[in-house]
Amino acid sequence: MNWEVISSYLPLYWKAMLLTLRIGWLGILFAILIGFLVAIVRFYKVPVVSRIAGVYIEFFRNTPLLVQLFFLYFALPKIGIPMNAEFTGALGLALLGGAYMAETFRSGLESVAKIQTESAMSLGLNKSQTVLHIIFPQAFSVSVPAFVANVIFLLKETSVFSAISLMDLMFRAKDLIGLYYKTTECLVLLVFFYALILIPVSVLGDRLERRVRHAEFGD
Amino acid sequence: MSKKEEIVRVDHITKRYEENAILEDFSLSVYEGEVVVIVGPSGCGKSTILRIMNGLEPVQKGEVTYRGEKVDGKLGSITRIREKVGMVFQSYELFPHKTILQNVMLAPVLVQKRDKKEVKEEALQLLSRVGLSEKKDNYPRQLSGGQKQRVAIVRALCMHPEVLLFDEVTAALDPEMVREVLEVILSLAKEGKTMVIVTHEMAFAEAIADRVIFLDAGHIEEEGTAEEFFRHPKSERAKQFLNSFTYDKVVHE
Ligand SMILES: Nc1ncnc2c1ncn2[C@@H]1O[C@H](COP(=O)(O)OP(=O)(O)OP(=O)(O)O)[C@@H](O)[C@H]1O
Ligand SMILES: [Mg+2]
Repeated sequence: MNWEVISSYLPLYWKAMLLTLRIGWLGILFAILIGFLVAIVRFYKVPVVSRIAGVYIEFFRNTPLLVQLFFLYFALPKIGIPMNAEFTGALGLALLGGAYMAETFRSGLESVAKIQTESAMSLGLNKSQTVLHIIFPQAFSVSVPAFVANVIFLLKETSVFSAISLMDLMFRAKDLIGLYYKTTECLVLLVFFYALILIPVSVLGDRLERRVRHAEFGD
Repeated sequence: MSKKEEIVRVDHITKRYEENAILEDFSLSVYEGEVVVIVGPSGCGKSTILRIMNGLEPVQKGEVTYRGEKVDGKLGSITRIREKVGMVFQSYELFPHKTILQNVMLAPVLVQKRDKKEVKEEALQLLSRVGLSEKKDNYPRQLSGGQKQRVAIVRALCMHPEVLLFDEVTAALDPEMVREVLEVILSLAKEGKTMVIVTHEMAFAEAIADRVIFLDAGHIEEEGTAEEFFRHPKSERAKQFLNSFTYDKVVHE
């Protein structure tokens, strides 16, 4: 392995990682928002909207992100909706992630027993106080392991971004290999930078899990 | 008994689940300072009555009044009444994500907007009364069933309810924990708290009841003082029911 090559590639990979992070972070943030709204619509069985939300979830969970990105990036402009690559990446991730997050949050909500609601209401809490102080916190502490797993899954999924010519880590590695054939160095760097993103997320996720679940489930 | 003020009345209630009528034209009044015990076979509608009194269960006909004021379906009115009617469930239903102290303080602070410090003082006092002050920072999962149920009672008490509803609060407990919970309820009775108690503990029922209601298939089959009901039951159904709690001595053949 040639360390000189590695150090000369470092800045390029660093830049690529920042792009991955930027899009990943935006996509995941919106995935959480979408997931939250869709979960509520599904949980409270809001008429019509709940059906649409169900179709959305099935559709995005059962098609590859790569295909979704192609569709957003190449098909939408054909019908007059201009798309730029970064926006497409974030949107694709948000839509895919939203579907996963929605199911995660919904199963959390469903795990809170109905009688907990009754217990809260019998103490005089109104509906919104019950939701805010009793249902959401319990639902979240049930969902948090799946939530963390979703975040990690979505960050890994960003590796298909190069398909819509985003200069992310994967793009960088393939590009450099094609140009200079330093395959080993390029792949080592690729693994290293993905680990650099994912290990801290996984450690933070663990901490979050332990914090949130301590009250209900102990250590 | 002198004429006491009526606190809660369920008035000509009809309650159905789908086509099944559980209660038909059912009425019951609870007066200030009295302990009403409801007994009866499983499925006869005891829990349903408590849930209706607390506005947890919609009814098809009739109404619930609280100190003469009608409780309508409007949310404001129902939550206001619920502050005044405390309920303790068989399965405790403490909030698992909150500590014992937080469980007790939540509603007085959030719903009644009372001063946090004052509520905390009262909560600690009530917890020590049931022997649980050192558990105040524990979570429900760290308590035994009997301890959880005592916390649930304290949580209801801290709202200063005018009437307390108990739905088989010892039914889920191991036998050795039943007494510690019943002692708490007995001490509340001595203080003159108004209570409606559903229980299968007949000795306890006899000790605590001012009035016993024997419910059978959704109607009041028999009603009387503890002495009348347990010592001199009138109806066949009541006699049968009471007999089901005793066993004949085995005679070896
Ligand atoms: N949500 C429901 N849907 C349909 N039927 C119900 C429902 N809840 C209760 N019932 C029926 O109503 C009847 C009365 O129920 P309730 O819970 O009031 O009985 P109970 O006297 O408290 O019995 P137990 O001693 O077993 O607690 C029962 O026959 C029960 O099957
Ligand atoms: Mg019952």
